[in-house]
Amino acid sequence: MRLADDEGRQDVMGQMSSQQVADGNEQDEEDAMLLPELVAHLRGNRGTLREEWASRIKEAHLLSAMTPQEVFSEVTSVYDNYVAVLETGSVDELRHYARDLSERIIPRGVETHEVIGIVLLLRDVLARSLFEKYRDDFEMLNRVLNAYEPAANRIANTVAGSFVEERERVIRQQQDSLRELSTPVLQVRERLLILPIIGVLDRERAHQLTDQLLRAIRAHRARVVVIDITGVPDVDESVADDLVKTVDASRLMGAGVIITGLSSEIAQTLVTIGVDLGKMNTVGDLQGGIEEAEHLLGFKVVRTDDADR
Amino acid sequence: MPTASHPPPEEPLRVSILRQGGYLIASIHAALDDGQLVRFRRDLLDQIGQHRSRGVIIDVAALDVIDSFACHTLRTITEVSRLRGAETVVVGIQPDVALAMVRLGVSVEALATALDLEEGMALLEVITAGAVFLPGKGTR
Repeated sequence: MRLADDEGRQDVMGQMSSQQVADGNEQDEEDAMLLPELVAHLRGNRGTLREEWASRIKEAHLLSAMTPQEVFSEVTSVYDNYVAVLETGSVDELRHYARDLSERIIPRGVETHEVIGIVLLLRDVLARSLFEKYRDDFEMLNRVLNAYEPAANRIANTVAGSFVEERERVIRQQQDSLRELSTPVLQVRERLLILPIIGVLDRERAHQLTDQLLRAIRAHRARVVVIDITGVPDVDESVADDLVKTVDASRLMGAGVIITGLSSEIAQTLVTIGVDLGKMNTVGDLQGGIEEAEHLLGFKVVRTDDADR
Repeated sequence: MPTASHPPPEEPLRVSILRQGGYLIASIHAALDDGQLVRFRRDLLDQIGQHRSRGVIIDVAALDVIDSFACHTLRTITEVSRLRGAETVVVGIQPDVALAMVRLGVSVEALATALDLEEGMALLEVITAGAVFLPGKGTR
């Protein structure tokens, strides 16, 4: 009951009159006095609590990607950081540490649930030890928990948040590099560009690709472009539509486009769903496409030994 | 369409139409509004008749936007000049403009296009091959 009352009072803190605020501060100060006691308790029992936590992690089969030694050393750092947060009330250092930790463990395949799991385990282990210490004095236990719980929840939030942020950062970085890597526009001969597309062609990528291609057409003064879509796993109506737009825009820039690498399955699908590719110049494979382009540009490729003869 | 705020017709268009052998080269130097486009079309088609040109190049490199009316005008010029015996090539469409035109879905199939003036000349020579008067066979 008391717990609920306390929480309720804290929630409406913002709207309280000055008299009540004074009362609240008094109560908070009293609770704040408990934190040093709490910290001292956790420091004093560092060895056993840490052991307890490490064994709980092992039981729960968390962090299985790491060796027991590594788990133990990380456990020690997290524990010390945890106590430091309780003591200072500032999560900056912990956030920094959690990011650093995430950076190290994400490449090894540690999952979000594992990270959240170990932090919650630590919270439980520490709470249990508090229950045990204050089991004879329920009033005191309540007050200690009042001081402990918000801090513990904040820590759990911080660690989980940092982990997810780091993960998202890694994903974004990978997406960026994938995007950069996957759309090279290459010149194979004077006035002939090839554009090999690998991977899923979504709307955004199609736009970016068209943009890149048009700029390359101007930079290289290209007259023919071969777009190879062998590496595009799925060509549906919208992808075909994007390709048609790319072809039209290139034509406006004065470059003809040859599409190559339409597999027989994809070609059948396109015909079945009724996509009109009649305007497009399509050739079976990249080799055929380059030969066709060379023909259009007036190149003739001759083997040297034939020429010598 | 001409409107009340439209500049008087006496004001010169920011377009130059030059004669180069049997071809006409029309360079648009700044964005034209609808009324100016109509005047441009009329001037150009008049000159095709006067000079008995075999080909026309319209350079739009200075334009940041080619809207549906401008596109329609270019198409009309192409069709009308073809009826009068001249082929038309549009050159210098900027990448962004090309993208915007395609995304807006303006119909561009009837237009012959080339990268720049030089390419346009080369293309015209191919299209009008067999024409009596073929000036300077390009630099390449």
